[in-house]
Amino acid sequence: MEADSVITEELNSLLNKEFGPEVYEIEKGMLKKFAEAINDPNPRWLEEAPPTFPAALVPKELLNKLFNADIPLKRLLNGSSELEYLVPIKAGDVISVTAKLTRLRQVKGAEGPTLFMFTEMTYTNQRGEVAVKGKNTYVKY
Amino acid sequence: MKGKKQVTRYKKQTNFKVQVTIRKKMTQLYYEDIQEGSELPGMVKYPTTMQLVKYAGASGDYYQIHYDKDFAIANGLSGVIVHGWLTLSFLGQMVTDWLGERGKLLKLNGSYRGMNKVHEDIICNGKVTRKYVEEGKNLARVEIWAENPQGEKTVTGTAVVALPTRA
Repeated sequence: MEADSVITEELNSLLNKEFGPEVYEIEKGMLKKFAEAINDPNPRWLEEAPPTFPAALVPKELLNKLFNADIPLKRLLNGSSELEYLVPIKAGDVISVTAKLTRLRQVKGAEGPTLFMFTEMTYTNQRGEVAVKGKNTYVKY
Repeated sequence: MKGKKQVTRYKKQTNFKVQVTIRKKMTQLYYEDIQEGSELPGMVKYPTTMQLVKYAGASGDYYQIHYDKDFAIANGLSGVIVHGWLTLSFLGQMVTDWLGERGKLLKLNGSYRGMNKVHEDIICNGKVTRKYVEEGKNLARVEIWAENPQGEKTVTGTAVVALPTRA
């Protein structure tokens, strides 16, 4: 019954390892560009990061490894996102992003095996305060 | 609250600057104003391919299913689909517009259950499901969801917010 596992040693070896920090300087222009892209005209977002802005602070090292892993499932979708706000991210901040793969889960989907990859991110500002905690699930199918 | 539900429609993207200036002054929402079951003013967005390209650039998510139709179709999709994060951004806007300047968004989450296609309405809604005081803060839990024109819920999630009081 059990389908062959698509969870390779390569993927398993990434579990619970901390990647980063990757450092992002939050420039005004970056906030404006993001607010414009999400079409949210609230003038507050010219100085402060809108709620989903952490999506732009990509932990590339981990995600590149996850998305390019040599597994038979090539298609990718975003499964879910979760953000907790502790300190506002403002223009002029320097945000360090660390990321972790916390869990891998394979299920039998309608179109064959589906792999859920659970990640956790921490966004820390230049004062060492955790500004945002994030979780994201990616789906390979 | 009975009566006609307030819905803001964002048809095709107009000039961003113009939108900022014509924007109505936000009225402040207070903890006393809400109750379990209170509905948030709805919002309808209409993302174009141009907006998805802008979002790709601003977020760094260049996955081609969000702007390359041939690629999307080759991946078994019916066409270009909207980034889940972009739909969640619309829901985030609905919540922060409702909160006003003094309300605070503490948590936001969304599950991407279905797909929103480009050049289709995304209908955003929300409802207060719990109102409570915790550690001296006046909080509310809000159920949020986005629908496609077929009425299918494409993103469902929750927001936790803190509101000022009139007291």
